[in-house]
Amino acid sequence: MAELLLSPPLLLMLGSVVLAAAPRNVLPRTVLRALLLALPVYSLWRFWGLDLGDYAQFELFGQTLTLVRIDPLSRIFVVIFHLAALIGSIYSFYVKDNFQPLVGVFYAGSALGVVLAGDLWTLFLFWEVAAVSSALLVWVRRSGRAAGAGLRYLGMQMVSGVLLLAGIVLLRHEVGAAPGWAEFRNLTGFLEDGGLGFSNLAATLIFLAFGLKAAFPLLHSWLIDAYPESTPAGAVFLSAFTTKFAIYALARAFPGQSELIWIGALMTAFPIFFAVIENDLRRVLAYSMTNQLGFMVVGIGIGTELAINGAVAHAFADILFKGLLFMAMGAVLYRVGHVNGSDLGGLYKSMPITTGLCIVGAASISAFPLFSAFATKSLIMSAAVYKEYFWLWLVLLFASAGVFHHAGIKIPFFAFFHHDSGIRCKEAPRSMIVAMVLAAAASMAIGLFPLAEMWFGVANPFYELLPYPVDYAVYTKTHVITQSQLLFFSALAFATLMRTGLYPPELRSVNLDADWLYRRVGLRIWDGVATAFVALHRTGYAAAGRLAAAALETAQRHLGPQGFLGRSWLTASMALWVAVLLAAYLVVFYWRLA
Amino acid sequence: MAQHDHGKHGGTSYWLDRKGNVAKVFYALIAVDVLWLAADFFYKKKAEFDAWGGWADGGFGFYPVYGFVGAFLLVLAAKQMRRVLMRSEDYYERRRDGGAS
Repeated sequence: MAELLLSPPLLLMLGSVVLAAAPRNVLPRTVLRALLLALPVYSLWRFWGLDLGDYAQFELFGQTLTLVRIDPLSRIFVVIFHLAALIGSIYSFYVKDNFQPLVGVFYAGSALGVVLAGDLWTLFLFWEVAAVSSALLVWVRRSGRAAGAGLRYLGMQMVSGVLLLAGIVLLRHEVGAAPGWAEFRNLTGFLEDGGLGFSNLAATLIFLAFGLKAAFPLLHSWLIDAYPESTPAGAVFLSAFTTKFAIYALARAFPGQSELIWIGALMTAFPIFFAVIENDLRRVLAYSMTNQLGFMVVGIGIGTELAINGAVAHAFADILFKGLLFMAMGAVLYRVGHVNGSDLGGLYKSMPITTGLCIVGAASISAFPLFSAFATKSLIMSAAVYKEYFWLWLVLLFASAGVFHHAGIKIPFFAFFHHDSGIRCKEAPRSMIVAMVLAAAASMAIGLFPLAEMWFGVANPFYELLPYPVDYAVYTKTHVITQSQLLFFSALAFATLMRTGLYPPELRSVNLDADWLYRRVGLRIWDGVATAFVALHRTGYAAAGRLAAAALETAQRHLGPQGFLGRSWLTASMALWVAVLLAAYLVVFYWRLA
Repeated sequence: MAQHDHGKHGGTSYWLDRKGNVAKVFYALIAVDVLWLAADFFYKKKAEFDAWGGWADGGFGFYPVYGFVGAFLLVLAAKQMRRVLMRSEDYYERRRDGGAS
């Protein structure tokens, strides 16, 4: 029982519920916050002491469910999810209300449940808990826009849950109740063992369920729609978990699935166009997140040990640097009240520390040498080169230049530099700065570890966490020079476009994306159906009314006091009619006999 | 909270505020780019791809050209996308055009 309750998912979820339920006079705010921070720290410390294997198993309806399965793939996600819960909680202490960190830690617990699940039922359970708890983090903004976005967000998450459940049930139907059928493992392999290919519907449904949360093209718009509508802290929590456990699920179930290569390539490329013309800087980050997820999906699709290592490492790094960028923009949102590129500028004068930390995040996402993505994305790029995917490599290189362009330059430039908007505000609150410093330090450490290994022979603790052994040199002469060339010339393109006035100005606007299909076209269709239904109802109601009125009138005419059937008759006339009937009977009888 | 005052700001002068200094940053960037380009003269790359006669990842100046042209065309293409995709800020708040609801 203790093993069950103290497992990372339940410890974080139940812990945050207990803290939320504790009365304020028993638990002062500072004590509550200290306990809240202690939750992920204690949970990670306990987890660290465990060996690989299965823990916290229990029987339910004749099934053995495994709450905790530690293998090299799940282990690294458990570590980063704990760190993200810790950093996100510290960040969110800028408001007196503890609702956000409490929900955030609960949500982190459900995300841990997903990555530790040893079977598909447990996976499904936490998949759904994560959907609901994360929707609260959108709604916590308490604005009309956030309410709508949160509802659409929850709807899409539920679609993913239904697809997953349908897939699991079909899988059970197709492979029978063989022992271990529900184990969460390589599903393509599992299905192929049973003589079923990827065309198999069950695997396809599960693939789509994972794909929706990993923001596959056309299934991605919930992310762009909802994350930027959340609060500063809400977006930080949201950016860390859902998409990353979807990446984990894809890496576990569909490694080497070739469809993922081109899905991922598309994901790296198309969002950068949207990011260039987007005005809301947190929405730019949401596009940038889709782009980074694309790199991970490509890595899983390539499926070699190097590529899977790259995908997982990049997910780890992305949680830190994307979190850092969301934190920096969140600080601007908190101090200024909006993050519209069109109305910001010159904030480096008011928020120098935030500016510096944002630049660290920008350098990290852009994969500058010495920063984290350089030590993670390179693994995916090299895996593409080794497998000789030339066109894929060109797309990824273009996306790399593009990500520097919109996340590396656009975000810090339009928020903190550009022309002076005249806005003067205070530096970010202390809790925000502490959280940003932690994320920035971790991002730099990931970038610097390989260098320390090369120069001083110090083992790289980050690479040792990866699922497969790493035999890869990051800091080669070719690699450092070519990457720097790509980035600096991309910067030159930006500077040239700015100086020549060709760069499109930031405009207050909305750009149509895939969500237009359900927010406009779908709504129109729904309106049309509803109008038609109302018209049909009205016509039918009127017709039925007329019919009923006519029936009533006929009945009244015949059965009413003056009606033919309703009036009173004389006994004599009745006797006459009986005589007539008898006579008729006699005539018929006689005629029959003859 | 933020204060908006459009004018002189308490006399604090910043280096980037001075005209000409932004141009200095631009020229410095050009200088750095020239140095990175020149780096291609001083070492030998091994081409992994046969495509484009090995120029793609083995030839002189591929990464600078690709980075510059890629980013340049990206922005110009995105600018054209605005013609089709851009709507007013409250586009989704107005449920029906013409406010018939």
